[in-house]
Amino acid sequence: MLADTDRIFTNIYGMYDRSLAGARKRGLWDDTAGILGRGRDKIIEEMKASGLRGRGGAGFPTGLKWSFMPKGSDGRPHYLVVNADESEPGTCKDREIMRHDPHTLIEGCLVAGFAMGAHTAYIYLRGEYIREREALQIAIDEAYDAGLIGPNACGSGWDFDIYLHHGAGAYICGEETALLESLEGRKGMPRLKPPFPANTGLYGCPTTVNNVESIAVAPTILRRGAGWFAGIGRPNNVGTKLFAMSGHVNRPCVVEEAMGITMRELIDKHGGGVRGGWDNLKAIIPGGASCPVLPAEQCADAIMDFDGMRELKSSLGTACMIVMDKNTDVVKAIWRLSKFFKHESCGQCTPCREGTGWMMRVMDRLVTGEAEVEEIDMLLSVTKQVEGHTICALGDAAAWPIQGLIRHFRNEIEDRIKYKKTGRVSAVAAE
Amino acid sequence: MLRRLSPHQPESFEFTPANLDWAKAWIAKYPEGRQASAVIPLLWRAQEQEGWVTRPAIEYIANMLGMAEIRVLEVATFYFMFQLQPIGKVAHFQICGTTSCMICGAEDLIAVCKRRIAANPHEISADGRFSWEEVECLGACANAPMAQIGKDYYEDLTAEGFETLLDEFEGGAVPRPGSQIGRFSSEPLDGLSSLTEGERIEKANGSVTRAMEHGDTIASITGEPVTERASFAAPIPKQPETLPAPRAEGPDDLKIIKGIGPVLEEKLHGLGYYHFDQIAGWTDAEIAWVDTHLDFHGRVIRERWVEQARVIVAETAAQDA
Repeated sequence: MLADTDRIFTNIYGMYDRSLAGARKRGLWDDTAGILGRGRDKIIEEMKASGLRGRGGAGFPTGLKWSFMPKGSDGRPHYLVVNADESEPGTCKDREIMRHDPHTLIEGCLVAGFAMGAHTAYIYLRGEYIREREALQIAIDEAYDAGLIGPNACGSGWDFDIYLHHGAGAYICGEETALLESLEGRKGMPRLKPPFPANTGLYGCPTTVNNVESIAVAPTILRRGAGWFAGIGRPNNVGTKLFAMSGHVNRPCVVEEAMGITMRELIDKHGGGVRGGWDNLKAIIPGGASCPVLPAEQCADAIMDFDGMRELKSSLGTACMIVMDKNTDVVKAIWRLSKFFKHESCGQCTPCREGTGWMMRVMDRLVTGEAEVEEIDMLLSVTKQVEGHTICALGDAAAWPIQGLIRHFRNEIEDRIKYKKTGRVSAVAAE
Repeated sequence: MLRRLSPHQPESFEFTPANLDWAKAWIAKYPEGRQASAVIPLLWRAQEQEGWVTRPAIEYIANMLGMAEIRVLEVATFYFMFQLQPIGKVAHFQICGTTSCMICGAEDLIAVCKRRIAANPHEISADGRFSWEEVECLGACANAPMAQIGKDYYEDLTAEGFETLLDEFEGGAVPRPGSQIGRFSSEPLDGLSSLTEGERIEKANGSVTRAMEHGDTIASITGEPVTERASFAAPIPKQPETLPAPRAEGPDDLKIIKGIGPVLEEKLHGLGYYHFDQIAGWTDAEIAWVDTHLDFHGRVIRERWVEQARVIVAETAAQDA
């Protein structure tokens, strides 16, 4: 288990002093000017060496992303945009950073902004996080008052402003180009790439969009050294990470742990075990709605990191698990995600706009069992027609949970259909 | 999803002076010529002021930001947090129904809403005070199931607990937000598994603290401080014990309490209150009841009647001894 001394978020539950003074006592804002003094290239090199992969779900190397920003300015300002539009179902980690450990994020903004030549950061929060926005604004005001950000931030000579912005309830704005559209005052409809934001982003200027957690861990990595961070976890999957557990565990929670921890250890040590014991586990969605569901038999040894989840044909996503015990109707649980994606499709691309509705309607039938067995393959074929045929990944995200369900629980769906027709259950369901 | 403006629209909209100042300050966050960026926050403020987004508000904000009205209309209809029709006057309940909450019992909460508020989402209750809807994941999954009521998250709910919350809102109170089973925030229930060392100086988590400070969970946001009546955790009003008539020695001169004149004294007599010791014994819930039965909301607390009465009672007792 990760030691408290290796945890980056030392006040994630908000029980200890949340003020700037408290944050400083826990080691934040310590010689930030010294970090900036290393220069842009050194900071980016260190971030690359740390092996940090983006914490928003896709896992793109953060240092590499920063290095895509133009080295010099062509007259256009550079922007850092922090994606705090946390709305992936099951995910509730960034909320804790913003309301309880906000100075990790603010210091991270300064360091990251400096490294990419940006004088301005916008933090885009989801609209529903009203109190979180207030809490974060208080921390930002504290940082301004203390001269940590603003003109000549931390005495480094670098001017840096942080502005909070918010959405109004649209999941799609978590997609980086939709977020930029929304931030410019339009509907959150994703842009075609290229051009990539690093070249043409916010207001047509070079922009990098990072997840809250990716930015918030940066100052500690730079202070303690890339070697420390890279030494935790497995190669290519290093560092510490905020995990969360919701659903049928005895003690649902958010917790920072080492990457590469097994699902079972995570649930047993921090979640108080699966409700009714490990044998009562039915399935786990590992990291938010778009990650294919895993059946219990794959979960015991499953390793919670990018490669561990990929080997099981799922993905780590945001590492916020939805745990389901044997009483759960897993078909209905996935149907609810289909309903979610139908609700949240922005409507720009036809395969997604129409496909999410189709998929949900077939899922409706599978939940009740009022369907033909052939419809399972038909549904699978529809998911393949949506996947990869849209501007952004929402279409893929809608397709994957259904593919995972059919991959692992086809028997259960077939049984339900048979039962509806004949009134009998087969041996598989009666086990 | 089809979202249209309500057929019933008010005549006009304008920001209160304080909200207008707020809006101008917000627009200044964006570079010159990029004021359209402020459209979502401004529409949201309009909704906080009025309860919902009206057509005049859309036109007003389009005008203020130099945007075509259709562009603002697009935004208002695209984002689901904008209520395009009136909501319950007291509170709008948003129940998270996505998978984590669903498997933890959100459907039971929705059943309570259907039974006690209105049969359909966005329909206003018969008394006009409440409305509800099912919303998609609100990002508090480790505290499922949960609901957003006004500005605040009410977490770790059960159907019974949710009914109690509804009772309290119906009684004019604003219950304390956050976990309803005594968790601080998103830590494991009964026992930290990490971060065990530290001085626990914070009394409530980051969100609940803000709610308590501002007391604006379900208040209309005009930019002015929230009045006491709408403030956080107002107790359920309860009638204090009354007397059919003054005791043998006759009524006390209640006018000695600063704030009570002849008119109010008569009103108090009419309600059945004649003596200092009666007033000195009022609890918060009883103060709330008396408050609603007088014409001046908040006076009992503002003018510290109970404290004054207690001092008088104590002084009288000292003199008698």
